[in-house]
Amino acid sequence: MSGADVLHRVEEKPAEWPEALRAQVAEALAHYPNRRSAVMPLMWIAQRHWGWLSPAVLRLVARTSELPETEVFGIATFYTMFNLKPVGKYHLQVCMTLSCSLMGADRLFQHLRRRLGIDHGETTRDGRFTLRRVECLAACGGGPCLQVNEEKFHENLDEAAVDRLLETLK
Amino acid sequence: MSRSRGPLLFKDIDTPGLAGLETYRRAGGYATLSTVLGRKSPDECIEVVKASGLRGRGGAGFPTGLKWSFVPKGTDRPKYLVCNADESEPGTFKDRELIEKNPHNLIEGMILTGWAIGAHTGYVYMRGEFGWLQKILDQAIAEAYAAGILGGDIAGSGFAFDLHTHLGAGAYICGEETALLSSLEGFRGQPRLKPPFPAVEGLYRCPTIVNNVETLANVPHILAHGAAWYRQWGTEKSPGTKVLSVSGPVQRPGNYELPLGTPLRVLLEEHCGGMRDGLKVKAVIPGGSSVPPLPASLLDTGLDFESMNAAGTFLGSGAVIVIDERTCMVDSLWNLIRFYSHESCGKCTPCREGTFWMTEILGRLEHGKGSPTDVDLLADLADNILGRSFCPLGDAAAMPVQGFIKHFRAEFEHHVQHGTCIANRRREELAGVGVRS
Repeated sequence: MSGADVLHRVEEKPAEWPEALRAQVAEALAHYPNRRSAVMPLMWIAQRHWGWLSPAVLRLVARTSELPETEVFGIATFYTMFNLKPVGKYHLQVCMTLSCSLMGADRLFQHLRRRLGIDHGETTRDGRFTLRRVECLAACGGGPCLQVNEEKFHENLDEAAVDRLLETLK
Repeated sequence: MSRSRGPLLFKDIDTPGLAGLETYRRAGGYATLSTVLGRKSPDECIEVVKASGLRGRGGAGFPTGLKWSFVPKGTDRPKYLVCNADESEPGTFKDRELIEKNPHNLIEGMILTGWAIGAHTGYVYMRGEFGWLQKILDQAIAEAYAAGILGGDIAGSGFAFDLHTHLGAGAYICGEETALLSSLEGFRGQPRLKPPFPAVEGLYRCPTIVNNVETLANVPHILAHGAAWYRQWGTEKSPGTKVLSVSGPVQRPGNYELPLGTPLRVLLEEHCGGMRDGLKVKAVIPGGSSVPPLPASLLDTGLDFESMNAAGTFLGSGAVIVIDERTCMVDSLWNLIRFYSHESCGKCTPCREGTFWMTEILGRLEHGKGSPTDVDLLADLADNILGRSFCPLGDAAAMPVQGFIKHFRAEFEHHVQHGTCIANRRREELAGVGVRS
């Protein structure tokens, strides 16, 4: 998704940091000598809470970090892990780079496509799973591997191991 | 595991509970703080590290003590220490294990390095996929603060050092030190022109040292035991040990800490147990995806900076990717160059356009649609990217292209002439489950 797609979305109500997150926001700002440096930590806090970074949330990050909105949109679109549209409850990120490919990542990805009935970048109708091909996760010795949301990697997978994993993700 | 996994950094790494402060202290951890902080001058520390011959473990292999000595003296600007835990080079997964199992070793290394360069603030920049690992390191940092090991007066020495983690969000380029600093400052993670080098003008335009996790993990050992002791491992020009990350179809992939200079064959046959499923080695990428591969005939090359250079490649990050005889080299290179095309930050033309076109050419070669001039065109593109891009990412994409063509040109020509691979296990496996690729 490009930045332009985001900017053309329908205007939402302005977002605010919920009370429960304010200590985390203050802590992130306290780690740096200026507010700009906290822009990525603020995006992570927001994404963990809302699941994705809507335009209203990005504007909130811009206000908090005292940066122009355009710049915050520019930063959010530069990094692949900031979700600029909603994702499923379980975001399955399958590594496809060489070490994993040598160990069968392509077959694993095809298996997931068939099992879930979705392709790269798509979300199941029930909102449970989003499937994504990603580049190297730094789990090369345990390939093929995948990451669910921000959790520790699942390594040395085959079709049966993936099926067992899916059963645990309700 | 009963047997020690390495002489130094991996010696105790599988000790249960080592990630906790008490166990780390029982193993001798943090003892060096009381013998160094306020007792050895920063210059003495830099001299010991220089004499040890420690070289950067992130890929470039620059002498660590020399880098530290570039920090200007007598400036009233704050100085910063940044740990590069981006670990983004494909094939590399060592820093992750060092942090996961022994986070206090890194913290101790950062405090000591902070003392040596005069920095009172440190940041650990971790790749975005390490959110779970950041929790482990944050927990160790909190323990260290609670015990007075971090903060205003470390272990009663009067030296102050604060340490924070910073999570990236999915960008290979942020492993390049100036792009990392841009990202840490809250900009898009794009590289900056050097000079000025970060040691002079880095984070917030202040003197900054950027060191890899494994480099910093070596520092407490070197300052505790001295340069001569450290030189008991490795070669004259590449002293010490290296954590090697082995991936691909070997019996026992994983991280192995070995003395620098150990032959590649010893790593693969003795430590990794050889190949699995009766496969044979065709090629080995010895230092992460951005270095040229070695053919199986060069497996006796030593794993040190000089021997690898003499063989036409680099030790890099020590990420050893093993490619078997039934895997297609054109297909493998296409996979890698897709990665670089995806990760090019877009700042400079040779890298942005060059990685795109190399991906296109490799795709058509792999699918039997290459023309007779394509192999030379690909080599020509790589030659024109190398040394002409803004930062090392362009070089990182060009070097494997040159190396794959140099050693395996016959496979590329076979694709042109016959439209197919000599062998391609990956595509056969996909065809076996009814997928055309």
